[in-house]
Parts: sequence; structure tokens; C-alpha cells
Amino acid sequence: MAGMTRPGYDFVPLRRDVRSRVGPADRVFRLVARSGGGLVLVIMVLVGTFLAFRAAQALHKAGWSFLTTQQWSPDGGGFGIAAVIVGTVLIALVAIVVAVPLAAGTALYISEYAPSRIRRTLISLVDLMAAVPSVVYGLWGAFLLQWQVIKLSKWISDWFGWIPVFQVDGVTRHDPLATRTVYTSSTFIAGIVVAMMVAPIACSIMREAFGQAPPGEREGAYALGATRWGMIRSVVLPFGRGAIIGGTMLGLGRALGETIAVVMIISPVFQIQPHILENGTSSVSSLIALRYGESSPFGISALMAAGLALFALTLLVNFAAASVVARSRSGAVSEV
Amino acid sequence: MTAVETTAENRKPVAPPRTTVPDRGLPSNAQARRRLGGVRSTDMLALFGAMAASLTMTALLWTELSPFTGVVGYVVTSWFLFVLTYAVLVSFDEDRPTMWDRLVSAVVHSLAFVLLAVLLVVIVYTIYRGWSAMVHLNFYTQDLRDAGPLDPLTVGGVEHAIVGTLVEIGITLAIAVPRGLIGAIFLHEIPGPFSRFVRTIVDAMTALPDIVAGLFIYATLILIFGLGFSGFAASCALAVTILPIIIRAGDVVLRLVPGNLTEASYALGSGQWRTVWHVVLPTARSGLATAVILGAARAIGETSPVLLTAGFAADLNANPFSGPMVSLPLEAFEAVQSPQPAMIARGFGSAATLLVLVLLLFAVARILGGRGAGQLSAGQLRRRAAASRRDKAPTWTFRPRSTPPPVTTAAP
Repeated sequence: MAGMTRPGYDFVPLRRDVRSRVGPADRVFRLVARSGGGLVLVIMVLVGTFLAFRAAQALHKAGWSFLTTQQWSPDGGGFGIAAVIVGTVLIALVAIVVAVPLAAGTALYISEYAPSRIRRTLISLVDLMAAVPSVVYGLWGAFLLQWQVIKLSKWISDWFGWIPVFQVDGVTRHDPLATRTVYTSSTFIAGIVVAMMVAPIACSIMREAFGQAPPGEREGAYALGATRWGMIRSVVLPFGRGAIIGGTMLGLGRALGETIAVVMIISPVFQIQPHILENGTSSVSSLIALRYGESSPFGISALMAAGLALFALTLLVNFAAASVVARSRSGAVSEV
Repeated sequence: MTAVETTAENRKPVAPPRTTVPDRGLPSNAQARRRLGGVRSTDMLALFGAMAASLTMTALLWTELSPFTGVVGYVVTSWFLFVLTYAVLVSFDEDRPTMWDRLVSAVVHSLAFVLLAVLLVVIVYTIYRGWSAMVHLNFYTQDLRDAGPLDPLTVGGVEHAIVGTLVEIGITLAIAVPRGLIGAIFLHEIPGPFSRFVRTIVDAMTALPDIVAGLFIYATLILIFGLGFSGFAASCALAVTILPIIIRAGDVVLRLVPGNLTEASYALGSGQWRTVWHVVLPTARSGLATAVILGAARAIGETSPVLLTAGFAADLNANPFSGPMVSLPLEAFEAVQSPQPAMIARGFGSAATLLVLVLLLFAVARILGGRGAGQLSAGQLRRRAAASRRDKAPTWTFRPRSTPPPVTTAAP
């Protein structure tokens, strides 16, 4: 058609340039936006660099024993993160074991069972629970929950003490006069409190994915005669599998770094404590929170090294979570 | 009938019936309508029977077989017994898939109930324990300069912590909100490998332990630049903590802006900047406000970054650049370390005040964020209708009388 005179037009239409021209305002906009994205990168790199820079002195002196030493006395004797890392991981594992069923159950309830008129209220409540300050959870755990849970701890250790994890040293079984304090400030209690803090985070990730399960497949399952659980098992859960794993990992990352609630509950012990019901444990973040004030410059450097280890651990967990979530089918919604 | 009669009948002008209505005997509505939903008595019997059985079995177990005390343990044990009994009871009446359906339904309901009950208990318990301190007006108007741990609750308060919290949150938002929104716009507007990478980093940074953020500011601002413990250092640490939260939440909200709105804007010839400023941001305004408020609610309650960077003092300090500045979570954390009941009550009071602030922020977020992107409030609808009328007016005067007026929709 190009070059021919159309009826009704007395000019020859030229080939038009359909590329968009980027004006100066748009150039500035893109530059600012890119720098905003770059800022996040810069902060993350700075966090890693500064921690590594400050930690270098301590790491240089300790060498590989930093990973294997249990005690923490940087100014005399050795120091290492073996005990605190084990404590951190144990607290986080207890938290995840408690939190994931709670989060998955609540997410399923909100997306599948709850009446639609209270659904938004429930979502806000779960979001509110994620925003309740950690110090409030810490107060609740230390002043109320602990005294309830120690009785459960005693019962578990009495009856299931033959499982090594539930073993408690220094108490005889079914001794009515046994002191209760041996069960306080334990990994178990700290883990339960941290679980209440990570459950809403994991819950909201799972709920979003469950809610996006394709309605056609849901109705197909019902049309084939499935019960509600049959539909959930064959449509919603496979669709949300990535979100369940990803939410769990994000919760784990959060649980590894939780500080204040753990500090308020545990009593620090610098040796590996594999018995989760027994008094005394430790975590990297509580170590930093307890020791930052009284440390010499070398002690600060050692704390920075511990912080660097925690940073690396959470980064690892989160990249794993991100890759799992990204690979899953859920959340990949194309715009219609 | 004979053939003659038939032919005689056939000669009649009346056509034979082409359709017949079968005789069903009874009218069809006599059949009982089946109930597809609702509750049957057997369901209720199974549910309450299982509850009663589990409670009594636990009582028997605990008083006679394995002696034990404590509410939590009782509830946990009877819950497990309840699930078992309920499964057995339902399986008497129903088939296997229905039994699993009922069982999972009971488990899911109780899990959701536990989580929400924990939220309720946490809030009520904190306010209950802090109430004795919160009822005194001096709790909000005095600081702890003159009040020792042994002084009664009528002396001293947490004014310094309230002021510190407000100052710190103000500076934090001033630092983090513009950068966070720009970051969110970057992720949404400039897709590509770089923004995918940034998104991964933001996701990782969301779970950056808050104590590490505090440690970072401690290592840089305080140890290297010699700023000293101050409200500004605490605000920087808090900003590092909430920046990724605002970016993530903002990115999610921006994704909800309908694509046809932005495409219409581009089709009308406006550039990217103009589209973002006049179409994307106004459409997502309420969602972005919610994202910011959720970030603020998170920052207001953070303790560990503040613990490392703000220092601790008992008197009022409104200057964020010099001297230690206490915030409510830090005050609560430090106060409950004391063995004195009055100090513990003050700690709970600080925590409850903080909780009330968070609840307020949430209520505001709920009111603002009650609508999705593009849904307008009543006031916005009225303003838009007025704007349409204004836009319409000159068109009327310039249009020739012969052509009909354009069909304008005042509002969607």
C-alpha cells in the first residue's frame, strides 16, 4: 500500500516511525529509579563488607577454631561459634516444627474454609500478628507461657526422656519433689515463642498461593465428586507446594535471626546443648545483644565475626527459599 | 375399535395430539427436597461426643494413670485424643474419604483457632499486666529521671520513650519511604535482568536479621564515623530494616495496577515518567499508603537494632543527633529486667502503649487500604464526577447543534 494514493487522501502516507522517543524527563526518571534499585544492592554489599572488615581481626586470630570452639571468651582463652550456632539452629528448628503446621492450617482455613465475609478480617488479624513487636512476644513468653510450658516439658521428659533430644539431665523420672527450674529458659520455650512470630509470616505467603489456585481445577475436582479435602489435596496443595516450602524457609530465616524474644527467655550457656527441654541454650543474635556493651575492641571484632556468620547463614537460607518460590508454579500469574 | 369407526374419526377436522403428557400419579413437588448443605444431627453428635470423650479420657489419664498438672498440657493431650476419637466416630457413619474430610476440617479449624487465640492472649495479657501503670496520667507526662525502681507508679513515666519512639519513627520514615517507593517503582517499571537480580536481593534483605542491621550501623556510624549512641543512628538502623519491607509490599501493590490503564496512558502519547506520576501512583495510592504504614508498624516495634545503636537513658531527650534516645520497645525490654514489681509494671505499660500504637497504625492502614488498586472512595468518585462535568462544559458550547452530545460516563 505504501506509495499508493488511497481514495479520500490526497497525500502519500509515509512510513511512520513507531519507536517511542525517550524524553529528558524519562531519562532522569529511569536514572533515579535505577539508582533506587542499586541502593539496595549497595546496602547489602556494605553490610557484608563492613562486617567482614571489622571481623577480620578476630577471624585472623581464631582461624578455623572459630567454627569448632564452644566457649566465648575473646579476651582470654578461645572463642568460637560452635555452641551458639547449634543453639540458633535448634531454636529455629523447634520454631519451624511448631510454626509450619499452624501457618499451613491457618492459611488453609482462611483460603478454603472461612466464610468470605470474615476473610478480610482474618487476613488483617494475621498481618497484625506479624506486626506485634517482638518485645511483646518476649514478655508473653517469659512471664506467662514459660510457667505453663514447663509442666508440659516435664511430662514430655518423664515419658519420652528415652529419646535423646527430650532427655533432661539431673532429674529422676516421676520425682514429685524435683525442681521445676531445670525446665525453664529452654530451647523448647524459646522455640515456641519464636514460632508464634514466624507463623504469621509463613501463613501470609502460603495463603496468597492457596488463594491463587486455579478455580477451573477446583471446580473440576468437585465435579468429579471430590470432598473438600480431596480437592485441597489434589489441587490447592500441589499448586501451593512452592509457597509452602518457600514460606517455611523464609520463616526459618526469620527464626534464625530473632533476637529480643530469645534474649528474654533463654539463659545463655556456651556449650552445645542438644537437650531442647533443659535449661540453658544460646543463639548468635542473643550473644551479640548481651555482649556488645561490655566488650573490648577485640571482643567487638569477635561479635562482628559471629554476626557475619549469622548473616551468611540467613542469606543462604533465603536464597534457597527464593529459588524454590521462583521455580514453583504459584505466583506466576500472567496478565490477561 | 373397528376400522370403520377409525376412518370416521379421522375424517373429523380435529388433528390428533402430537405430544402426550405421561401420567406420573403424584405431582412432582411431592418429592422431598434434598438438603445439600447444613448440619446433620449425626455430625453434631460425633463432634460433641468426641469432645466429651477426649476431655474425660485426658482427665482419667492425668489424674489416675500419669499424674500431671498444667493447662497447656491438658489442652494438647485432649486435642490429640479428640482427633482420634472423632475419626473413629465419623468412620462409623461415613466412608473413608468423608472421614478424612471431616478430620482435616477439624484440624484446620483448630490450628487457625490456636493462632488467633495466641494473638488475643498476647494482646490482652500485655494490656492486663501494664494496666496498673497505664491508668496513671504521669505515666505519659513524666520521664524516669527522678523515679527509682522502688518508687510507686504515681511517680515517673515513659514520656521520654514515647517521644523517642515518635522522633525515631519520623526520621526512619523520612529516610526509608522515598527510597522504598523508588525501589518499588524500579522493580515494577524497569524490568530486566538487573531488576530480577535486585528483587532477589530485596527478598534476601527482608529476612536480614535485625540485629545484623543494628550491628552494621554500629560498625559504621558509631565506630567509624564516631556519631555516638543517638536517635539518628537508631533511625538509620531501623531504615535498613524496613526498606526491603516497603519495597516488597510496594512492588506487590504496583503489580495490581490494571495494565489497560497504563497502556491507555502510553497510547495517548505520554511518556513513562508521566504515566508513573499521573496513572500508576494515583491508582495505587491507598495500597502504597498501606505498605508504608505496615513498614512503620514493623519499625516502631523493633528492639534489637535500637538496642545496639540508641543507647539507654532515663531522661527526656528530643534531639536525635546527640545523646542516647530511648524508644518504647527498648524501655520495655530494660524495665522488665528489674526485679521490682513497679518497674515490671512500667515495662508492661511501655509494651502495651507500643501495642496500642501498632494497633492504631493498623486501623489506619485498614481504613486506607480497604480498597484495591483503582477502586475509588465516595469522595474520589464525587471529585471525578465534578472533573468530568468541568471537562464536558466547553465541549457543549463548541459542538454544532446537529451532532448529538458525546456519551460521557461520569464514573466507572
